[in-house]
Parts: sequence; structure tokens; C-alpha cells
Amino acid sequence: MTTAAVQIGNWLELFTQQERAEPWLQKLRETAFARFTELGFPTPRDEEWRFTNVAPIARTQFQPASGCFAADFSPPVGVELLFINGCRIQTEVPGLPNPLPKGVVVEDLAGAGSHLAQYADFKNNAFVALNTAFLGEAAVVRVTRGTMLRGPIEITCRAQSAGAPFVTHPRVLVIVESGAQCSIVESYEGPGGAYFTNAVTEIVAGDGAVIDHYKVQRESSDAFHVAAMQVRLGRSASFTTHNISLGGALVRNDIGVTLAEGAEATVNGLYLVNGTQHVDNHTVIDHAKPHGTSHEIYKGILDGRASAVFNGRIIVRKDAQKTDSKQTNKNLVLSDDAVINTKPELQIFADDVRCTHGATIGQLDAESLFYLQSRGIGKAQARSLLTQAFAQEIIDRIKVPRLRDSLEKVLAGKFHERSNY
Amino acid sequence: MALLEIKDLHATVGEREILKGIDLTVEAGEVHAIMGPNGSGKSTLAQVLAGRELYQVTAGQVAYDGKDLLALSPEDRAREGIFLAFQYPVEIPGVSNMYFLKAALNTIRKHRNQPELDAMDFLSLIRDKMNAMNMDQTLLNRPVNAGFSGGEKKRNEIFQMAVLEPRLAILDETDSGLDIDALKLVAAGVNAMRSPERAMVVVTHYQRLLSEIVPDYVHVLADGRIVKSGGKELALELEEGGYAALGIHEEAETVGKA
Repeated sequence: MTTAAVQIGNWLELFTQQERAEPWLQKLRETAFARFTELGFPTPRDEEWRFTNVAPIARTQFQPASGCFAADFSPPVGVELLFINGCRIQTEVPGLPNPLPKGVVVEDLAGAGSHLAQYADFKNNAFVALNTAFLGEAAVVRVTRGTMLRGPIEITCRAQSAGAPFVTHPRVLVIVESGAQCSIVESYEGPGGAYFTNAVTEIVAGDGAVIDHYKVQRESSDAFHVAAMQVRLGRSASFTTHNISLGGALVRNDIGVTLAEGAEATVNGLYLVNGTQHVDNHTVIDHAKPHGTSHEIYKGILDGRASAVFNGRIIVRKDAQKTDSKQTNKNLVLSDDAVINTKPELQIFADDVRCTHGATIGQLDAESLFYLQSRGIGKAQARSLLTQAFAQEIIDRIKVPRLRDSLEKVLAGKFHERSNY
Repeated sequence: MALLEIKDLHATVGEREILKGIDLTVEAGEVHAIMGPNGSGKSTLAQVLAGRELYQVTAGQVAYDGKDLLALSPEDRAREGIFLAFQYPVEIPGVSNMYFLKAALNTIRKHRNQPELDAMDFLSLIRDKMNAMNMDQTLLNRPVNAGFSGGEKKRNEIFQMAVLEPRLAILDETDSGLDIDALKLVAAGVNAMRSPERAMVVVTHYQRLLSEIVPDYVHVLADGRIVKSGGKELALELEEGGYAALGIHEEAETVGKA
């Protein structure tokens, strides 16, 4: 048998081991798994995966995630969904009324019905196919028409290592109906150990909906994290996302946003890599209709022998006249051995549009360092201050105060720890 | 013992020698003005004293308070009481003025064996000094120098000097780009800090700053050497006759030539 056949064989075993679902879901799983076996894992020969080799994922024999562990959690304040090793933890306190605010419905997969697997396409992405083949517990949240939600919808996927490498396939679907407004915080975290998180998120925004989305990835330093997020925006909908990538050994994000007429998308990200970490961010902003606006800024800080990829595709379809799009990728490279591959990809088929893009790769500014030192601040501290300042531009844009504060603390700790170079 | 004693100082940037043998002695309590045409090496001297790595010292010694200054890192020089007011203060987006100045002050205080200040004590210490420099308190929460006007940047330098209380202040063309009102404000800030324990080296191209900050000594720098020294009247002579009267020809500033 070829290596690829062995690898697929392992997944087939996991696939057949899982409990059968209701017929409609089982059918979806089987279609997706069949597609996965046809696609196989991508290799660096695939243009989309040129700089990211997923061989370490392909050759690992993962176990299904073992059952739920006892978790320490506080009773939910707003909409909080907690998953541990892929298993939904009921955080509601028995006897108390359901704490969900008015206008928010948490559904099961059947309730997601017509939306599920409609946006994140598994025909061309082996990881999405794999996730869909293992669809089970999912976070399905609906924000009904016109609802203005104050606190964020928090979806946390925590991994608790049990020794042998295991895999989870987190699945999130958020439906924000027309005129509704909400923020969403997706967190992926794990204290340690080798595991593989293969996540898929789908977000649908109705006409005029406003969504402020965050994804914070703090997986363990041995973890693999592959995530696809597909967002569909209705007319004049507004969507902002911040993708903060801090942990993981091998990380890949595929983010896609499709804009209807007059929609607005802000697609931002921050990645910090050190040691031998690898983070790959592929974004696709698809202007399908006229008068859409998109802003994108991704910033990266690279140290050690780490590597990162930024690939930002912007498509302006023939119909999408008057599109206004701006893309920026800035990288701060702190060591001689870190590698960044950055590539803008503009595909413009309309003729009355404005699209700009720019990428920079640089080191800490010598003059700024000297200025800080000349005021008595030690070189190491000056370096960590300037590094943190570089990240601050993204952190400052975070509108959920609790998240902003906690990230500021995490970053301060990270840079302080690194300030001895 | 002089506070600052420079002997036969030579410095290069790349292949080019800029300082070609500077001798200068500054006692505590004195204000020395360094004048000279563009390209004479004034700013290089200021930056070399503060420890900018861009310049290599190829010969000579600098003693500061009896210590070998050239052996100290820029941050140690600052902690020992040297302050350079930059000709072009650097903009640092993402670092707030407040955070920056508090970190600077506390490192220096720690070095002086003084207790570090918390946010409240720090604020009450700087409030008066901000008012004196006519600086808006909201500047504290803004990033260091980012989006400041030219005048605001220069005022911010002198404000920092007032907070850090150096023993040797080096002012590099602090007058450039200031209108007369801003110049008077900056000069008043500097004059308020004159004291028998503190020395100042004021680098300037023009005499007008020296009518506000009256120096004890004036030195004329040309082509990397001090060609003439005198009292404050030397600045006035230069004002009347220009550098040409001293046989010095102003050369256009060489930019980008290493």
C-alpha cells in the first residue's frame, strides 16, 4: 500500500468507529469522507500549500478524543459554549433558568439544517471534508432578526491531553439574521500535549447584520491546528474579524469572506511565532457584488527558527464595480533564521474599483531603540517594548474589553519572556 | 575634576571621519554652546556622547564624572545622568508617552537607589512640569511623539529632561523649527534647570537660541575640530560677521554620504 493509502486507512478506521448518526447526517458524513479519500492530504506540490507541509499531520495516527474531563468553569454570564476534547460541557446551573439572552437560540445540528455545510466547501479542501465526515457535537447559534446582543457569544474549545495524540473536529455555525448585531469570540486552547484540532467555522450574516468576530488560538506548543472559516455576508452587512494566532506547532488558517452588495469586511490578524512554530494564514476576500468595501491588515512577529505564511487573495468579480479594497501585511523579523513568505493575490475582473496592497518585512528600528536607550531603558526592555508596540496596533482594534485586556497581558508576558536576546 | 572631559576625540561613520580631534572640558554648573555650520560635526558630537552605535570612535577619550564614558552603553550613560535632547525626536507608535517616561524615570531612579514611583506619584510629579512646558495632559496617553507637531516634539524633549533631571544635558539644535514663542518657552524650560550641579552643552547653528539661553562659553566647530572658543560675545560676533568672518565656509549638508 502507498503511504497515502495507509494514512487514509487510519482515518477510515476512525470513521467507521464513530457511532452512526441520523440518516441525513450520516449521508453528509459519508459524502464528505468519500471526498476526503479522493483528495487525500495536500502536499507542497499544491500551490495553496506550497509553504506548509502537513506531512507531520498526515503521518500521525490519531486517536479519537477521549470523553469529557472534569472542568473548572464559572456559570455562564451570557452566551458561553464550552467544549472539552470536542465534547460540549453543560455549564448551565441546574434549577436556574436558561441564561441565554432574548433573541439568541442555541440549536443542535438538525436545527442548523439548511445552513450546515453550505458555506465551508469540502469539495476542494481535505481538512474541511474530514471535519464534515466527523460532524457530531457542534456550536450552532442563531441570533434572531433585529437582536442587539451586548456581551459576546463565547465559544471555547479546550484540549486536555491524555497522552496519545488525539484529534477533534470542532464545528461552529453562527447565523446572524438580518439587522441583528453581535460579537463572537472563538477560543482554541490547550495546556500541553500533542493533538490535532481540525476546526471549521461558518458564519452567515443577513442583510444589514453587524458582526464583530475574534478567534484566539492558544494551542499547546506540540499541537496541530488547522481551521477553515467561511463567512457569507448579506447586503450591507458588516463583518469584522481578528485572528490572533499565538500557539501551536503547525497552524493553518483558511479564511474566506464573500460580500454581497454594499457589504463591508474587515479581516485582521496577528501571528506570533517562535522556536520552530509554523503559522500559515490564507485569506480570500470575495467581492461578488458592487459597492463592497474590505480592509485587511495582518501583522506578524517572527523569532527563532519559526516560519510564517501570509497569502491574501482578493477577488473582485465582474459585477463588483465600485469595490474599495485595501490589504496590508507587515512582518517584524527578530532573528536571522525566521522565514516569512508573503504574497498578495489580486484577481480583478471589474474595471471601476480601487484595490491597494502592500507588504513589509523588517527589523526593529535602530533609531527607536537608541531613543529608548538614551532615556535609560535597557536594550532588552527597549526591544520588548518596541515588539509589543508593533502588535499593539492590532490589539487596540479589539472592541471586547475583557479580551483586549487579557491579550495585552498575555503579550506582555510573552515579550518579557523573550527580552533576553 | 571636570564633569566632562573630551580629549582628541575622533569618530567616523562608515569610512568617513567626521570628528577629527575634539578637545572640550565642561565643569558642573557651566553652559557651553557649540556652534558651527552644517556638516561641521555638531550633531555627531552630541550623538557620540549619548552612545549612538552608528558612529565609531576611532581615537581619543571621554571622561564623565571620572568614568570612561565610551565604555558605557547608551542606557548606562542615561542612568549616570546624561540626557540628549534629540534634533529629530523619534516617533514610536504603540508606546504611550506615559508608559515610556515612567519606565525611563524608574530605571534611572533605581540606578540612583531611589524608590520607584507608582502611577499616582508619577502623575503628581509630572503635572507641574507639563504645565511649565505648556503641554496638554492628553499627550500622556498618546504614543511617543507620534503625530506631534515639530514644536510639540521639541517641548516634549525638554519636558523629558525636566522629569529625568540629568547632570549633563546635551541639546541638539533644540531651536530648529521653532517659532519665537515656542523658542522662548523651550528656553525658559532649559533656564529653569540651570544649577551649580548641572552642566549643559547646547548645540546650535544660530545665535538666536543663545540670546535666550545665555552660555558661559561658546565654541565654534568646523570640519570636525573646535577652531575657536570664547565667551558669550563670540556668538554675537558670529551673528554679525557669519562663519565666513572666521574663515569658515558653510558647505551644503551632505546627506546620504557615508
